[in-house]
Amino acid sequence: MGQASTEFRFSTKLDQTILLGKKATNVLELLDGIKTVPDSSIYFHTHKFLQQHDYLSPEPPNDFAYWVTNILNEAVLGENLSSMDIIQFHKISDLRNRFIEIIVAYLRCAYRPVAAPPGQEFYFMSSQTFVLQTAHLAHNLAEFKEILKKVSIHSLYYHVFDAYLRMEQEENDFSMWFRRIGETELAAKVRSLDPYMYTLEGLRQEIIRLVDIHGKH
Amino acid sequence: MASIEDYASIVGKGAVQELFLLAKKIEGKTIQNINSTAVGGGVAEILTRMIPLVKQLGVDARWDVIKGDERFFVITKKIHNALHGAPVGISEDDFAHFLEMNRTNANEMDLSHDFILVHDPQPIALIEKRRDIGRHWIWRCHIGLSNPDVRIWHFLKNYIEQYDAAVFSAPSFAREVPIKQILIPPSIDPLSNKNQELPEETIHSILERFGIDRSRPIVMQISRFDYLNPIGVIKAYKMARKYVDAQLVLAGEGTPDDPEGPKIMEEVKAEADRDRDILVLLLPPASDLEINALQRASTVILQKSLKEGFGLSVSEALWKAKPVIASAVGGIPLQIKHKYSGILTHTVDGTAYWIKQLISEPSYARELGNNGREHIKNNFLITRHIKDYLLEFLSLLYKGAIVYL
Repeated sequence: MGQASTEFRFSTKLDQTILLGKKATNVLELLDGIKTVPDSSIYFHTHKFLQQHDYLSPEPPNDFAYWVTNILNEAVLGENLSSMDIIQFHKISDLRNRFIEIIVAYLRCAYRPVAAPPGQEFYFMSSQTFVLQTAHLAHNLAEFKEILKKVSIHSLYYHVFDAYLRMEQEENDFSMWFRRIGETELAAKVRSLDPYMYTLEGLRQEIIRLVDIHGKH
Repeated sequence: MASIEDYASIVGKGAVQELFLLAKKIEGKTIQNINSTAVGGGVAEILTRMIPLVKQLGVDARWDVIKGDERFFVITKKIHNALHGAPVGISEDDFAHFLEMNRTNANEMDLSHDFILVHDPQPIALIEKRRDIGRHWIWRCHIGLSNPDVRIWHFLKNYIEQYDAAVFSAPSFAREVPIKQILIPPSIDPLSNKNQELPEETIHSILERFGIDRSRPIVMQISRFDYLNPIGVIKAYKMARKYVDAQLVLAGEGTPDDPEGPKIMEEVKAEADRDRDILVLLLPPASDLEINALQRASTVILQKSLKEGFGLSVSEALWKAKPVIASAVGGIPLQIKHKYSGILTHTVDGTAYWIKQLISEPSYARELGNNGREHIKNNFLITRHIKDYLLEFLSLLYKGAIVYL
């Protein structure tokens, strides 16, 4: 990160949505798309709701599950796709393979060819992410907490979600820094959070709460 | 004119600071927007709002307008209609004239800027100049391209393919072209007359002026009468009214240039004359404040189009935290996730069912409206639009899924 180990520089990220020119009208075409689109598209469709619907709790699970459940009315497949435990995956390729397994298993035994109504096809997209350093630099937990209260949700998202899956790190940026400054108990707590269970604002509040409880200010 | 800092009270200080950070990354580059009209029409409206705000961020952005004779604009109007799927006759001579006008403009304009952003089909052939001058070129399509005329599309595609990237407003508008395609939905301005908060007295006096009874639920559809036929909406309303007390207000502008318009208006008026619970309001242009008040006073807002561009009137209604029932066409599915931030229906029966539900279940209706407002706040306000506007230039300079700036 190019910073002294006692400092934490907050970054933020901004995404440009890319249209891949590929769409699906039924489950077979969805499967074909999931197999062939780039990793950034799988990440986009499994994480977009977190940023776009951060006010909803529980938020819609992922684009694939939402579309299958609400547009195709395939309840069983939709439930299987939505109950995937994304936090367990450290590589997008593993996440993609799991989606493929679920859909293939469904097609084998229960598939009825249902097509999306016109206008509600599934459009595959991806994003190009631009990471920028903010001016916010924390030297201790007290400063960290004050900054965390005011950074945008994009910054929080970058340090927690992108750190896991897109950067393929073992832990998020916050827990990594807590450990580096000797706050091992706090680091363990923040590392073991399942961020997918919170809205982004809820996650922000939870991390602040943990800093309050465990941090030696 | 609002200052960019004014938006911090709505989207948060952090989000505005991010725009400044982003703008810093294209410091020293110049951006030229080119379209075909300085006033009137959606593109001019967007640029009028956005360019001053972008400049406040420190970005060197300018806006130029191409010139054309009467024949050129008749041809471009035909091209526009053809892209919406209407059958039009455009001769080889017309195409030649279109190109000649584009070439004249290309030779007369100062095209010395780093990024050239060409809006819509009218100036599309300026790209021919790229052979001589290079630069980064983006084609920004504001038109809904769900079902374009094939011949016109092929003519335009020839030029689109020469750009670095094409930008569309909704995923369903994107076409198969071998260049980068970017999604940038349009936006609403929360500080404009149409969307700003209104004092209760203003809403009350406007509703009183229109003779609308505020003690009963109001089902509202606001739209141009040429763009959608509200007869289906009237049917749905009448079905729902058997079970819930409500009045229907159909408000919108007239239909000066649509041959179907007068016929539709006649049918709607005849229907309204027979039913004192149906009110038709023909609004003059620039009725932004009135539309704002009508939306804020509504119990349920409908947007039942058969075809639609992006459908920004849905964003406007959701921004006012209203439950919206809409068709899944054009850009509407981006704005409404069914049963989360609004309702998407496909039939008259379905629309009637949901009108009934939302009037009978105000707490669910309120939840949909509140979610809808948050969704618009996060995704369809002008600050998000400016972010995307700046990112599109950076995306031409940097490759890769993740870019560290």
